[in-house]
Amino acid sequence: MAVVKLQRPKLNFGEKIYFGALIKGFFLTMTHAVKSLRGKSVGADELASSGLGVTMQFPEQRWDEHLPEYYRGAPTLVTDEQGRERCVSCQLCEFICPPKAIKIVPSEIPSDDPWVKVEKRPLEFEIDMIRCIYCGMCEEVCPEQAIYLRKDYLITGLKRADMVHDKKKLYEIGGTRAGLVNKWNELK
Amino acid sequence: MPELIFQIAIIITKIVILTFMVVLPLVPVSVYFERRFSAVIQDRVGPNRVGIPLTLLGFKKDFHLFGLIQPIADGLKLFLKEDFTPAHVRKAFYWMAPALTVVPALITVCVVPFGSPISIFGHTEKLVIADLDIGPLFVFSVASLSVYGITLAGWSSNSKFPFIGGVRSTAQMISYEIALGLSIIPVLMYYGDLNLSTIVQQQADHGWLLLPLWGHDADHTFISKLLFWFPAAIAFLIFTISIFAETNRMPFDLPECETELVGGYHTEYSSMKFAMFFMGEYAAMVIGSALIITLFLGGWSIGFGADAWVSQLHIGDFYFGGLIHLGCFMTKLIGFILFFILVRWTVPRFRYDQLMKLGWVVFFEAALINVFLAALIVAAPQLEKTIIGVGAVLLVIVTAAVIWVAKVSEETPKVLRA
Amino acid sequence: MPSYLFWLFSTVMLIGGVSVIAFRNPVSSAMSVVTCFVGLAGLFIGLSAFFVGVIQILVYTGAVMVLFLFIIMLLDLKDEEKAAKPLLPIAAGIALVAAFMVQLIGILSRTPDVIAPNLDKESLAAAASGFPATSKIATTLTQGKLPDVHLIGHTLFTDYNLPLQILGVLLLVATVGVVVLSKRQAE
Repeated sequence: MAVVKLQRPKLNFGEKIYFGALIKGFFLTMTHAVKSLRGKSVGADELASSGLGVTMQFPEQRWDEHLPEYYRGAPTLVTDEQGRERCVSCQLCEFICPPKAIKIVPSEIPSDDPWVKVEKRPLEFEIDMIRCIYCGMCEEVCPEQAIYLRKDYLITGLKRADMVHDKKKLYEIGGTRAGLVNKWNELK
Repeated sequence: MPELIFQIAIIITKIVILTFMVVLPLVPVSVYFERRFSAVIQDRVGPNRVGIPLTLLGFKKDFHLFGLIQPIADGLKLFLKEDFTPAHVRKAFYWMAPALTVVPALITVCVVPFGSPISIFGHTEKLVIADLDIGPLFVFSVASLSVYGITLAGWSSNSKFPFIGGVRSTAQMISYEIALGLSIIPVLMYYGDLNLSTIVQQQADHGWLLLPLWGHDADHTFISKLLFWFPAAIAFLIFTISIFAETNRMPFDLPECETELVGGYHTEYSSMKFAMFFMGEYAAMVIGSALIITLFLGGWSIGFGADAWVSQLHIGDFYFGGLIHLGCFMTKLIGFILFFILVRWTVPRFRYDQLMKLGWVVFFEAALINVFLAALIVAAPQLEKTIIGVGAVLLVIVTAAVIWVAKVSEETPKVLRA
Repeated sequence: MPSYLFWLFSTVMLIGGVSVIAFRNPVSSAMSVVTCFVGLAGLFIGLSAFFVGVIQILVYTGAVMVLFLFIIMLLDLKDEEKAAKPLLPIAAGIALVAAFMVQLIGILSRTPDVIAPNLDKESLAAAASGFPATSKIATTLTQGKLPDVHLIGHTLFTDYNLPLQILGVLLLVATVGVVVLSKRQAE
């Protein structure tokens, strides 16, 4: 490796006594302070600041409408247009999930059900949101496009049990997703 | 005997009010200002939430109070934390050290004049706990004791980084005490008095040391005051910067330099013992600001000749001018604390050798020359013109010699070998 | 000074002095010296010698003892904590103390047993006549206060001017010597 010898810069008298730089520094910090108090800091508009600095103040202001399209929030289950649960409990997501947050208990679809040809559905589907790392692998691996990462980011609870999303909760957040592959549909 | 009890009652009242109700609350207030001001400088918001939590009691809205309750919440948190004493420390000194940093800082409060005398029912009382005739010296001597707290904390922790922090602090504080003491000699020469109350009274009558714009008379001509402004300004500069070093504040906070020493001398401390160090640092900052204001910026004086009029304000027998002066003093104090904070968030930390060089090579010499300059200016009216001329020439020669020596010693840095 | 304050500060001093030799740990001993000095400063201040008392703390406690402590800590003396008692040093110490005591008794028995003058308003005002009427010392004395700082300065710069200057030169020589020595070692 080549050695680069650096020449220390030759300081003139003004730079040596250090005062000019000090005054400049005071001006810089005070400009920031004044701008920040007036809500005119650089980037305040883009970041939708609260009027003090560039910070958005959370419970009153939310960044919901500023979320990008590709935002990865809580993983959820979705139903299709006919209200059928898309998940066929193949357990691929359970298998790929890096922190092992997903737990599926598969079951058979009873023979009197209109969707009997799908054969399987989850009896229980739980995602432990304390474990979930929002990586999106479950969404990626799902052959049925049944699991989606939605934009919900406020996952809170007072106890551990609150943080486990069961099937009901997952469908509640996920809702219906239209215009996907209609693998099991008669239309196909 | 009733006389004695009355005296003691007044002294205790003054201690309780001035130390525990005026200065001590300034510590959390300055912590709050530190956090808010630094946040504003860095385009953030800072603590603005903690207030009166009325929603807990079923009301609709909380009072945020701009987060002013935050320091109290912080203090409470520190109080409730586990007070952990590591097994390897030297117990007695480990326990003593935090007290040794806080107590000296609070003792120095007793000579600071907070306002002009208050008079009630014909009884006049000065707004200073102990009106000593050796004010600044008392402050220096007691403040110099606080170095023990830091040194012992570093040593008794029995661990590398705290020890280095303690050693740094000791060397730094001893070095800057010299510049600190020398720099105010011109001021004391000018006033001819060591009593801080008298010094402030003189400033109220004849103009602040750094703002001599009113109260001219035969003894205090405008020209002489203007001439003395220069040594006063140099003294102010050296004194202020030395106070920064003495209180271990940025840019001289090498004893607790996080990047090099983990937490510095208080690495091994937790809970209230850590809080004591924290308090000691801020209390020292408050006292340092109070001293600077008292010596250079007129203390409680409002200025522009308004002080005599304010002192005469009264309702019946109650002369309350002193309270207005107290308010003025507090305003200046908070203003100066804000300046301390601004400096902390503006100036980067010095390197240790730069710090020592600044103290010994620059400030020590500058303060010494400043003493002679001030002496020449103070004595000039009584001296003959030739003597003044000779003195001035000598002063210039000495200054040039000192600058030359400093420059020569800087040019050829010797490689140090063990 | 009220006598109970005298007893308080002398007790502090004595406790400090005894614990200097009683403690085996050098740092504890150094801190005992500090306690002793603080008690001494209290005694000075009680005798209206404010300046001397404060300088006692500022110089000895705040600077000299800190340096002592500093060096003791850096040396990290472990051997001192052992309870080794060689006979010769103890004998020498006792002899030194005895000699000092004899000297002290000699001096104390010769000094006439007079009470120090009362520092009340009349005696102070009377003392003011020895100074120029407009001087700071005279005005303070007539107010009934003791201008101890000004008096010390006055005495130093009039009666002992030459010794003071010689002392200053001596200290300067010592300082220069230290600088030269430390520079030579560095090369």
